[in-house]
Amino acid sequence: MAVASRTPPKKRDWSWRSQAFRGLLYQILAVAVIGGAVWFLAHNTVENMRVRGIKSGFDFLFQPAGFDIGEPLFGYDSNNPYWKAFLVGVGNTLRVAIIGIILTTILGTLIGVGRFSRNGLVRGLCYAYVEFFRNIPVLLQLLMWYLLFTELLPDISEAKQVGSVFLSKGGLTYPAPVWVSGHAWMFAGLIAALVAVWFYRRWAHRQFEATGKQPGTFWGSVAVILLLTVGGWFIGGSPTEMRVPVKGEFAVEGGASFTPEFLAVLFGLTLYTAAFVAEVVRSGIASVPRGQSEAAQAIGLSRGQEMQKVLLPQALRVIIPPMTNQYLNLTKNSSLAVAIGYPDVVSISNTALNQTGRAVECIAIIMLVYLTTSLSTSFFMNWYNAKSAIKER
Amino acid sequence: MKLSRTQFGLSAVIAALGLSAFPAHAGKTLDAIKARGQVVCGVNTGLAGFSQADSSGNWSGLDVDVCKAVAAATLGDANKIKWVPLNAQQRFAALQSGEIDILSRNTTFSLTRDASLGLHVTGVTYYDGQGFMVTTKSKIRDAKQLKGQTVCVQSGTTTEKNLTDFSKANNLGIKPVVFEKVEAATGAYFSGRCVAYTTDASGLASVRNKEAKNPDEHVILPQLISKEPLGPMVRRGDDEWFAIAKWVIHGLLEAEEYGVTQANVDQMKSSTDPVVQRLLGTTEDTGKLLGLDKEWMARAIKAVGNYGEIFEKNVGPKSALKLPRGANNLWNKGGLMYAYPVR
Repeated sequence: MAVASRTPPKKRDWSWRSQAFRGLLYQILAVAVIGGAVWFLAHNTVENMRVRGIKSGFDFLFQPAGFDIGEPLFGYDSNNPYWKAFLVGVGNTLRVAIIGIILTTILGTLIGVGRFSRNGLVRGLCYAYVEFFRNIPVLLQLLMWYLLFTELLPDISEAKQVGSVFLSKGGLTYPAPVWVSGHAWMFAGLIAALVAVWFYRRWAHRQFEATGKQPGTFWGSVAVILLLTVGGWFIGGSPTEMRVPVKGEFAVEGGASFTPEFLAVLFGLTLYTAAFVAEVVRSGIASVPRGQSEAAQAIGLSRGQEMQKVLLPQALRVIIPPMTNQYLNLTKNSSLAVAIGYPDVVSISNTALNQTGRAVECIAIIMLVYLTTSLSTSFFMNWYNAKSAIKER
Repeated sequence: MKLSRTQFGLSAVIAALGLSAFPAHAGKTLDAIKARGQVVCGVNTGLAGFSQADSSGNWSGLDVDVCKAVAAATLGDANKIKWVPLNAQQRFAALQSGEIDILSRNTTFSLTRDASLGLHVTGVTYYDGQGFMVTTKSKIRDAKQLKGQTVCVQSGTTTEKNLTDFSKANNLGIKPVVFEKVEAATGAYFSGRCVAYTTDASGLASVRNKEAKNPDEHVILPQLISKEPLGPMVRRGDDEWFAIAKWVIHGLLEAEEYGVTQANVDQMKSSTDPVVQRLLGTTEDTGKLLGLDKEWMARAIKAVGNYGEIFEKNVGPKSALKLPRGANNLWNKGGLMYAYPVR
């Protein structure tokens, strides 16, 4: 009896006894329950809003926003529709997230590597940094930086001046080139240079694999980038007009600037996340077997070469997945910027919410924005992870 | 027959889905308040003169007194109130969702808010206008000198839009720095991040007198750049509750116009003036029409005084805010406050 019941059914068995059938049924049920719950919540919300006479819908996105934004990345005017205001907010979120991710990666890696330093002071400082920054809530750090910038810096009317750069409570104001079409040539030159350098380095790598000799590519790359960029600038008519900030009666006028809000968000997020990145990097390096390090020393590599050519490439495989989490955290934490007045997408959405009363819609937009950026970051990092994974040959 | 685990689970899910119908429309607000024994009142988290809690949790202010008057009229006790402090973004959702019965939180009345939020404004308790505050040493004495300047402002208010309109109309290119919390906005202004702070003039007076280290270091510019009629709001769909809130406000104004005060309300019950008699419920029973008893307005006045007294006590020239009566004076004294006849 017992033996007979263990033999798997020969053909599809549409009965309760078939595990496959039960499994399928459970799955259908699970999907139905989730779908039903979502429908129920959505329908309930819409129905209740209708009963209470609350207007809903996304049509408001095409009406003029009517409010100004402190630091738009691109031309924005209060007559522009709401969707454009949201776009400015998304731009500001991405600006702080992208710059923050780049800086945090550099700083975090340096500190993570520093924890393996033979110099006790460096090791201790890196350790102290990590423990200090990762154990203070990030919102508090943002507020601290903002307080520092707005309390300690001189008043706007008494801005500190170094050349044409002004530093005050109004932020860091610096000269910026006036955008003309000629600059497009410069950027075209830069992009062409980057493509050329990529091919050049690929050629050099093939050369290395074929002959075992490593041609130096650094100065060649620098030369190509400089030559093509400057060349593009000349073709574009060598535009030199700058917006130079000058001290006005009440404030510094003209020029481009980083506001204290932007700087506080950037500093706060970068320093906080770098502590976590440092730990990720440290754990990655620690995961490389000790034999690798000894082997590197045995063949006479310097300490720097050992780190750069042996330890880090192997550590990278362990580092990338948790690093993705830190990037996502940084992006999501940028929503705290609203506390210190940085006009990110949450701040813009708050304003839009209050002007229009479309609470559900505005919250949905915020969620969509963060979901999209987070998933894009994830996809990119997964691709990079797959690329740097061990290739079985 | 024994139910299998699957069958049991399935029937439970179906039962759960079937049972949970849409929540029934909330019964009359007044019935709910009486059953609960409390009016739930949404107020500002902290605006001196309008709604502010002291160290022992007692709320005071003009907006607070309006709620107290409503509670006294409906429940007979001005202390039967649950206070819900709300920030600018939470306030409408709190009222829409039924978390609060009445929103008395220096809220501006506008067409968009009236027509799209599912809320009603009950009446105006304070006629305000948006202004600017700057530091004395900034040498700015006219709002039009704010060209290209940074101005701190709280988000989620009509203030942002007014600021933009003013900047645009005068081609000033003012740069707003927008904060979620009013404390953050004023904090940034006091630290010198912004040249000016903007909000309703009453709010400026409140901030200047209560939060500035030295009020003399700050000037409120004379121009007002907008009209801000402030008043309590209630949900749509309950006309009886709307009427109660509306008539309590008119009753407070009527009381001032006819000289009924917190101190003399008991003596005034024997007044021969028919208007006073109606107001205090000694002849006609106006309360019955609202679903209340005849003493409703007498209790409200006894609890907080008439509108003039509320104004003087909280924001008037003798209070810390020192705001002039101005547009908030009675219609027959050159102001805009005009009570509809309580009869």
